[in-house]
Amino acid sequence: MNLTIDVTNKENVAYVVLSGEVDAFTAPKLKDALLPLTKEEGQTVEVDLHNVNYMDSTGLGVFISALKSTKEYNTELKLVQMQERVYRLFKITGLTEIMNIDSTVQGGMQ
Amino acid sequence: MSTLKLDLENYKELLQEYIKTQDEQALYQAEQFSKQSMQQNISPEEIINVHIQSLQELYPEMPDYIQASMNFLLETMISYGLAYQEHQSLREKQLELKSEISVAANMQKTLLSTVKPDVEEVDIGALSVPAKQMNGDYHHFVQDGKGSLGIAVADVIGKGVPAALCMSMIKYSMDSYPEMRMDPSVILGSLNRVVERNVDASMFITMFYGLYNSNTHTFSYSSAGHEPGFYYYSDRDEFEEIDVPGLVLGVSPETSYTQYQKKVEKGDMIILLTDGVTECRQGDRFIEQEEILHVIKQYSHLPAQETVENVYKHFERLQDFHLRDDFTLIILKRNV
Repeated sequence: MNLTIDVTNKENVAYVVLSGEVDAFTAPKLKDALLPLTKEEGQTVEVDLHNVNYMDSTGLGVFISALKSTKEYNTELKLVQMQERVYRLFKITGLTEIMNIDSTVQGGMQ
Repeated sequence: MSTLKLDLENYKELLQEYIKTQDEQALYQAEQFSKQSMQQNISPEEIINVHIQSLQELYPEMPDYIQASMNFLLETMISYGLAYQEHQSLREKQLELKSEISVAANMQKTLLSTVKPDVEEVDIGALSVPAKQMNGDYHHFVQDGKGSLGIAVADVIGKGVPAALCMSMIKYSMDSYPEMRMDPSVILGSLNRVVERNVDASMFITMFYGLYNSNTHTFSYSSAGHEPGFYYYSDRDEFEEIDVPGLVLGVSPETSYTQYQKKVEKGDMIILLTDGVTECRQGDRFIEQEEILHVIKQYSHLPAQETVENVYKHFERLQDFHLRDDFTLIILKRNV
């Protein structure tokens, strides 16, 4: 399974649309795409996870480092349209408490 | 040089035979020849050189354009020769690294080894199997000699060698806590500060810390974003998820952890695990929670160590003996 990453910019928002799986193999690619976006001051990075049906803890690590980077560069990170299985991972790890995550959760899409 | 000359003679004969007979046997010999050449680190352009010389000797009247085309080919192959040399030296390096990693893996095993304590009141089963050479899962037992048993289960995110090194760091900070400060919330809070200061931004650790008091049969626990374990009530014959909030270690320095407590009755079980258990897959299908509990239940009449081993064997079989993630399962059962 692969991961495709589409980035479009509109004013101060970078929209990142992911589809596929975020795991140990695809996480480095996501990290390379996501981290630079969080370093442009004043920018909001909105990540759409609607088409991500699997994420493992390595993927979570990428979002944690992105979050840390937003604090350093005064930017914002927002995660939207998460599937239930992926949301569960953010919930267990306590990240839903400290990350801006849209509460509209997609039912378990297979 | 003499061996190469011998090879030239050999090659010339093989080539001549093949041109005459177009026989399969000669082709097979050519294959053997190339294998032997590789063993002796002979590069592709050297073989072409041998080919050119053989042709010249066999056909002194060879047209100029064939001769020229051969020289052209020779020149073209030189880069392949260089790539081949590089490949060889990388292979040697890889072997070196492999042996270094296996030394490191053994050291890790020694450093992180934990002894499953023998407690009269509690039957303990513990199993941790790495998916790769080095284990990113970690569990640790501590006894204070006054009836308290501390259990840590952790998963370092970021796999392989860096994760393993990180785990050693955690273990040594844990060993340095004085015995009277074994409260789960205190331990997680202080580990969080250690990890936050020392670990790379994309690395984090999930940990569950529990403290079993075998005098009062109470179990106190806190979780730092760790995969929820289960509690089994023997009187009701029911499992319940031990789902407690708490942020993973290493993300935010100000985090504090809440501590919970449970009274453990005779026959009750505490089941702790890592996501290598809950993320088991059969083909593309994830294993559902009920299925895990069903399997645990199926073997729970056995001594705890046999239970965890049988559960592991079940999921190993289900995944065709190919673990995707490190697998750790710990069961505590109150005996008396």
